[in-house]
Amino acid sequence: MSILEIDHINTYYGGIHALRGITLDVNQGEIVTLIGSNGAGKSTTLKSVSGLVKVKSGSIKFKNQDITNKPAHETTLLGMAHVPEGRRIFSNLTVKENLLMGAFSVKKKNVIEERIERVYDYFPILKERLNQKGGTMSGGEQQMLAIGRALMMKPEVLMLDEPSMGLAPIIVEKIFNIIDQLNQDGMTILLVEQNAYQALSIANRGYVIQNGEIVLSGKGHDLIENDEIREAYLA
Amino acid sequence: MLHEMIQSLPQVLIDGLTLGTVYAVVALGYTMVYGILQLINFAHGEIFMSGAFIGTAILIAFSSMGLLHSIPSILVVIIMLVVAAVLTGFLGMGIERVAYRPLRNAPRLIPLITAIGISFVLQDVVRFIAELAKGNYIITGPSLFTKQIHIPTSSISSVFHDSSFKTSFLLVLIIAIILMIALDFFVNKTKYGTAMRAVSLDRDTAALMSINVNKIISVTFFVGSALGGATGVLFAVQYGTIDPYIGFILGLKAFTAAVLGGIGNIRGAMLGGIILGILEMFAAANLSLLTGGVLGAEYKDVFAFAILILVLIFKPEGLLGKPVAEKV
Ligand SMILES: Nc1ncnc2c1ncn2[C@@H]1O[C@H](COP(=O)(O)OP(=O)(O)OP(=O)(O)O)[C@@H](O)[C@H]1O
Ligand SMILES: [Mg+2]
Repeated sequence: MSILEIDHINTYYGGIHALRGITLDVNQGEIVTLIGSNGAGKSTTLKSVSGLVKVKSGSIKFKNQDITNKPAHETTLLGMAHVPEGRRIFSNLTVKENLLMGAFSVKKKNVIEERIERVYDYFPILKERLNQKGGTMSGGEQQMLAIGRALMMKPEVLMLDEPSMGLAPIIVEKIFNIIDQLNQDGMTILLVEQNAYQALSIANRGYVIQNGEIVLSGKGHDLIENDEIREAYLA
Repeated sequence: MLHEMIQSLPQVLIDGLTLGTVYAVVALGYTMVYGILQLINFAHGEIFMSGAFIGTAILIAFSSMGLLHSIPSILVVIIMLVVAAVLTGFLGMGIERVAYRPLRNAPRLIPLITAIGISFVLQDVVRFIAELAKGNYIITGPSLFTKQIHIPTSSISSVFHDSSFKTSFLLVLIIAIILMIALDFFVNKTKYGTAMRAVSLDRDTAALMSINVNKIISVTFFVGSALGGATGVLFAVQYGTIDPYIGFILGLKAFTAAVLGGIGNIRGAMLGGIILGILEMFAAANLSLLTGGVLGAEYKDVFAFAILILVLIFKPEGLLGKPVAEKV
């Protein structure tokens, strides 16, 4: 069953036509990956869904509800979380405050406590760093904090924008293991990556985006075998 | 000469601290708005002035109803503070909504010009109302807290002269300090304060945390303006006479204090305000002494600003404004 349906969306930045009729869907419980090179429109796709940029035409449905052009502070209340490219940790806020911002819409203290405990289960390191300023953490720690902060919203769909960016291979491995673990625990994931091989190997399905258009889609392991993909992204 | 400077030091500190806390609380309004929108809200000085007028209007109303003798003065001041703070809070919030929000994505210079325009509008509106009500735009309210308090600082050490102040000084000082502590607590310890800091660091990401950015910006304007308006009341109580133009110079100095402390930094604004106040009073007391009578006390601003420029040459980001290195 589709939990997220993107239907022929067109998004512009002024005169730049960044998305040209993107259609994509994500089923409950899946990991779906969106791969493509620099400037293809991956981040713009996620931003169009979460509401950080406006789409000019087309529609986006989340849990059968039309969310096209709903602002970000409203879409995120419906059960989706977007971890932006470059983590975007609040650098002057402590780790604890960053996590609490993830739970901004939650009023009950005990619910916040429960969620924070769950975040520690995935990322024990955060528990030891609660009073450290977010901006002083290493790249890998910041990525964990960014994902942990998103988990504080208890989303049904987690959208991750290049979580492996700029990280050492061993940390990338760790992050991907956690993504896999989250998925096994029931989280639906839309994963944007340039790291095509690793993304496709944990994904159920993948889409390839080029110049704002989907040029290829299919099952994760089929795409790994695909010659075009091998040539363009896995060389 | 040094001897004479030290003699007057206790009085300089008392006066400087009081003036400095007034600058500090007004500076908070500049720094909060700058922190969240990178906008220099030049209308903030006029919010301060509006607060002074609202407070004085209440005071005159109470006085004409003959209530000043039956209600304790401190209660009167609290009513003036609360009403002025709430009204100027909404005034600031309204200005943001109608004048700045539509220009959110315009080049920086445009909202700046708008802010200057709003200043003139507020000055003229207040002047018009004052002239309509009182026939004159320079208003003097009934005085409160006029008792002089004498402190025998010379008994601490004979190098000091005695010092003295009106009880209203004490009132201004205490209330301004309470306002600063309350704001510091709000910004650093509460959920909305943390959200405010998050929005000023990264608006888009804050929105992804389900934070309604426009609402937080409105809250920021409300709080900053309410502080400015309340300080206007303190000013009116302290000096008695006000006019629609008092916000200009005071606003400029408070803005300077915010820059001195590091614009966008809340504790910096407080520190900057207090330093500027003390420098100014120090100059007023000692300038003619220091220059052998060439420059009188009326040149105090030149002295204060010269120090300020010196500080900014060596520390352009302001005293507490150190940018945190960001990792990506
Ligand atoms: N704020 C913006 N203003 C103008 N153009 C933009 C903006 N953001 C993105 N673009 C343009 O839109 C296109 C798609 O950008 P997008 O960021 O979605 O690419 P991407 O696939 O995420 O790339 P990367 O892998 O480098 O992150 C690019 O041509 C980019 O230059
Ligand atoms: Mg991108």
